[in-house]
Amino acid sequence: MQPFTYVSITNQGQAIQSMAGNDTAKFLAGGTNLIDEMKLGVERSAELIDINALPLTKIEKSPDGGLRIGALVRNSDLAWNDAVRRKYPVLSQALLSGASPQLRNMATTGGNLLQRTRCYYFRDVHSPCNKREPGSGCAAIDGFNRIHAVLGTSEKCIATHPSDMCVALMALDATIRVAGPNGDRSIPISEFYVAYGEDPAKENTLAHDELITAVDLPAIEYSKRSLYLKIRDRASYEFALASAAVVLDLDGKNIRAARIALGGVGTKPWRSPEAETALAGKPATNETFTAAADAALRNAKPRKFNAFKIELAKRTIVQALQAVVALA
Amino acid sequence: MSEADSKVDSVPFADNSDTGDDGFSRRDVLTGAVTVGVGLAIAPLLTGCAHDRAADAATPALAPARSDGTVRFTLKVNGQSHDVALEPRVTLLDALRENLGMYGSKKGCDHGQCGACTVLVNGRRVNSCLTLAIAVAGKPVTTIEGLADGDTLHPVQAAFIEHDAFQCGYCTPGQICSAVGLLKEGRAKTDDDIRENMSGNLCRCGAYPNIVKAVKQAMKA
Repeated sequence: MQPFTYVSITNQGQAIQSMAGNDTAKFLAGGTNLIDEMKLGVERSAELIDINALPLTKIEKSPDGGLRIGALVRNSDLAWNDAVRRKYPVLSQALLSGASPQLRNMATTGGNLLQRTRCYYFRDVHSPCNKREPGSGCAAIDGFNRIHAVLGTSEKCIATHPSDMCVALMALDATIRVAGPNGDRSIPISEFYVAYGEDPAKENTLAHDELITAVDLPAIEYSKRSLYLKIRDRASYEFALASAAVVLDLDGKNIRAARIALGGVGTKPWRSPEAETALAGKPATNETFTAAADAALRNAKPRKFNAFKIELAKRTIVQALQAVVALA
Repeated sequence: MSEADSKVDSVPFADNSDTGDDGFSRRDVLTGAVTVGVGLAIAPLLTGCAHDRAADAATPALAPARSDGTVRFTLKVNGQSHDVALEPRVTLLDALRENLGMYGSKKGCDHGQCGACTVLVNGRRVNSCLTLAIAVAGKPVTTIEGLADGDTLHPVQAAFIEHDAFQCGYCTPGQICSAVGLLKEGRAKTDDDIRENMSGNLCRCGAYPNIVKAVKQAMKA
């Protein structure tokens, strides 16, 4: 790990100020991703601004009946929060399916939003990678790309977004609250992530000197009927090959509305309006589910080793829908 | 088994790392650095007590970096304060092993993927390989060396021995610290819960069935 300077900051304004114009600085929260990547040499920050002492650790009810989650709420605390488990089971399940208990005790809500890909070539500084070193090429496109994305890819990058939490947040239409030198702003999560096009290094619309302060969950009348299904190579402690976050508004045997997001298959946490359209107003049958799954993966682009993900993702969607309908 | 045998069995857990009855650790003998090794182990104990930090553990005041890039701060490990001067890039795991002479916490993958480095910070289990030492200045850290109460093993340690929950032992300190965290969390009820909640600790020897049994017994204790 290259040497860096370290400062622990207790004031939010000061944190933002320290970051402004300081291109080689990074905020340090849980560190589970950042320290790992600094050891690999993938991340080379000259200064870490430790924000763990900022008062961003609360989970509060918002006036509209939703929840406001402080950016420094640890993944384990969020997953086991009563309100989250009761009203947003999909989020609790997604969090608990990710990483390990130790890592979840460290990782934060804000940090998870900025989690970086597990692409082997991105993590290996000796491989070409347009994300790590723009213009150097992509070793994954013609390499061993079994874990790579089939949705939202480009000819420059096919790296999979690794987060489970963000897939649930996508399905729940979360809003990311950020503070910057010019004040606060809110970013709908649908506008937070950027699919990889010309510049795979750009993963989101957050400015360098902006600090994530909270994540807002809206009140969703039917969000209790939700779940997260994750398929992976091991039973636990592994990234998704395919996952589905489903939230369903059920009227007897008919679907009023559905929210579907996918993990493990996209270059960003992948919301599927195509699947949602295929479900809305239809009977909750396997035929409907299959049509929705087909719609979600219609534009998928397979590579040499990851074509299996298309069928796997479809089956994951169908199975998740069957399970969410069966909930009491 | 004779009384002497059972005493030997308990040594790796009751004592600081591999230290035998003669006061020299296996590590010291292997490296031939007996004097340096003992010096390293004792120095923090001598300097540690002089400087106990105030209650404000969350935001310790850190001295500015010195010309060699190190920063002075206090690590609070197993109830004992240790003044250290370390570069900010030093992880808690490296500080424990290389600076405080506590070799119990193991370096497996060094990337948060194996759990061999698991310790408790503020009573919660974390990966010490991904934790900067400086970021936990003043916060209570518990390692495998701090679990036993004198000669009395922690119930998880005793259960691991009783159920033979290891083979080579390399992952064991991490497994035990992780299990102590699991017990404190109090969420695991079934064998499947134990497996899921211990999944952050890999065991290449495959002692998993006995680890589950040991954790289960400690849960009942």
